[in-house]
Amino acid sequence: MTLAQPLGGRAAEDDGNDPERGRPRRAALRGRLPLPRSPLVRYLAVRLLLVLPTVLLLLTAVFFLMRATGDPITTAFADRLTPAQLQEKLHAAGYDRPLLTQYFDYLRQTATGDFGRTATDNRAVSEVLRTYGAATLELACWALLVAVAVGVPLGALAARFRDRAPDAVLRLAAVLAYATPVFFVGLLLKLVLAVGLGWLPVSGRASIDVELRLQDLSDPTGLYLLDAVRSGDGPAVADVLRHAVLPALALGLLLAGVLLRLVRTHLISTLEAEYVEAARSRGVGGLRLVTRHAARPALIPVVTVLGLQVAGLLGGAVLTETTFEWKGLGYELAHYLTARDFAAVQGIVALFAVVVAVVNFLVDALAALIDPRVRY
Amino acid sequence: MRTALTTRLVPKRLRGSVGLQRAMLLAGVALTALLLLAALAAPWLAPWGHAQLQDGGALFGSQRPPGAGHPLGTTVGGYDVLARTLWATRTAVAVIGLSLLISVLPGTLLGLASGYLGGWPDRLLVGVADALYSFPSLLLAIVLSIVISGGQSSLGGGLTAAACSVAMVFVPQYFRVVRAEVLRVKAEPFVEAARVIGTGHLRIMFRHVLRNSVRGLPLILTLNAAESVLTLAGLGFLGFGIEPNAAAEWGYDLNRSVPDVTSGIWWTALAPGSAMVLTVLGVTLLGESLNDLADPRLRRRRAPAATIEVPAEKPATTGTPAEAPAETPAEEEPTHAR
Repeated sequence: MTLAQPLGGRAAEDDGNDPERGRPRRAALRGRLPLPRSPLVRYLAVRLLLVLPTVLLLLTAVFFLMRATGDPITTAFADRLTPAQLQEKLHAAGYDRPLLTQYFDYLRQTATGDFGRTATDNRAVSEVLRTYGAATLELACWALLVAVAVGVPLGALAARFRDRAPDAVLRLAAVLAYATPVFFVGLLLKLVLAVGLGWLPVSGRASIDVELRLQDLSDPTGLYLLDAVRSGDGPAVADVLRHAVLPALALGLLLAGVLLRLVRTHLISTLEAEYVEAARSRGVGGLRLVTRHAARPALIPVVTVLGLQVAGLLGGAVLTETTFEWKGLGYELAHYLTARDFAAVQGIVALFAVVVAVVNFLVDALAALIDPRVRY
Repeated sequence: MRTALTTRLVPKRLRGSVGLQRAMLLAGVALTALLLLAALAAPWLAPWGHAQLQDGGALFGSQRPPGAGHPLGTTVGGYDVLARTLWATRTAVAVIGLSLLISVLPGTLLGLASGYLGGWPDRLLVGVADALYSFPSLLLAIVLSIVISGGQSSLGGGLTAAACSVAMVFVPQYFRVVRAEVLRVKAEPFVEAARVIGTGHLRIMFRHVLRNSVRGLPLILTLNAAESVLTLAGLGFLGFGIEPNAAAEWGYDLNRSVPDVTSGIWWTALAPGSAMVLTVLGVTLLGESLNDLADPRLRRRRAPAATIEVPAEKPATTGTPAEAPAETPAEEEPTHAR
């Protein structure tokens, strides 16, 4: 990410999308302001401050929306308890207090890192987040790996053979990848590779015995591959890897399609830039032209958009986890949502919101560092 | 609205397209037409009702393989797969239409107001839109669908809940696109000219700025139409969509087919999944090729020496300078002129 910065700054301006915008105005601004502090620092500071309200907004929305649908206790016990017993339970859980009181209590707790306990199975939400978050993180990493390994080279290939047969095939494949929901891809992969050919396991993160072995480790990280490697358990490593293939493919191919198209478009526009033309006229050609001259500036916008895909990745993870019974945050979230388990849902949503907001900040910061035209 | 826009655009784009792009556009048009046709004719095409479990007192039976009476077999719940798949096209079209209807207008108007007026309301709206946009849209849709339907499963309720939650996800997109475009158009000389001669803000906003800011919308419309099918299916797949007795829906049927797949039953997943993919593919291809053809940087010209109009003619053909597309590159003119 960092190695391309100095080059990227110049190159991004060179590609000629809109060369003049922003510049005169910034000069004017600098003249007018009494304290000409670095606009970059100011921008980053403002952007960082914006992370907080973003997360707060989402937490607030989810808090009130969830409560608009009724509480978990009434959902679970309405037809089994008398009104008085119900009231007692509601009181014990604190659901009979004024909504705003609950809201501010919740904010105060969350600010101190206390997410409360789940209503359905009485576990600490932070524990739920740690355990299942590791599983989702592992899945996301696998998917990103597949996406980059498949999407970037194929995108470069498509750009190199623009409007010829390979490009046509690849673009269609990318559209197809976008059009096929992860769970359908997952079901097809299962049907063919797991059930039909029997090469891979149908679902789960590991076989049961392996899972038990990994959980018995002294201080498990929850990232099964890491745990398996650390314990030096060869068969466990193989088992974990075999289980990861199908979910990683299902989720990764979706992202690969997005990446392919991005890489292709940006490479094409950099391939048309003057400095690439200059290199071409010096006799540089073929793959070397793509990799040495056009790739770096073209990959910068790709990296930023890839960052923005994190939200999509989390959404996709919910569906992938459900398809493959991959016991991660998404899988659990679906269950907690059905049970109206406020604390659990709010905790998971808060984690997602923080992850997305922080990644977005990093992406914006990166873009601002690379391209001086990016300022509010 | 979508069809009006696309039918106006399609013939024009078709004439300007060649080779692969024409093939993609045609495929997109064909698949979209197929979807609309299937939705319209579902009552006649489908062999059974969407929630029908029996014929003349005899139950269809659960997980029956494809055969007589049930060309694509039956589901675990005993529904006919072909009938469910066909009826679900109606649900898809209804949700697409409804969600676009609910999201385009507020998104566009907010984007216009925010971009044009600026100041703190702009900052606030941008903040809210960014927060909504950056959050996993499916989660937002789930939470909203629970709230809106409140556990109800009626057809109207289910559809509205699905459409509203899908629409909620789109409003920030229209907002962002329109706002960005408004910011660009606002700086154009013709807006300044209008302001100098004393034109009111409302008139400038709607007549001069808005008209020149919505050129990117048809593409987002089609892409969002595709995405609304996917979001609806995602909702259904997770069990937050429309109940099977209210309407047929691909996502729900796929959810029910997960255990089937594990035991080697392929027919319950294949039909609804393929129908969904074809739908999304058709709408996406349509939008993508329209976009490619509208973007001169991505479009291949038909003939090397196509008639390129002199840019100065633009104002003359389109009336007032304000109505001329703000930044139409000369390369795009051939398709516009014909």
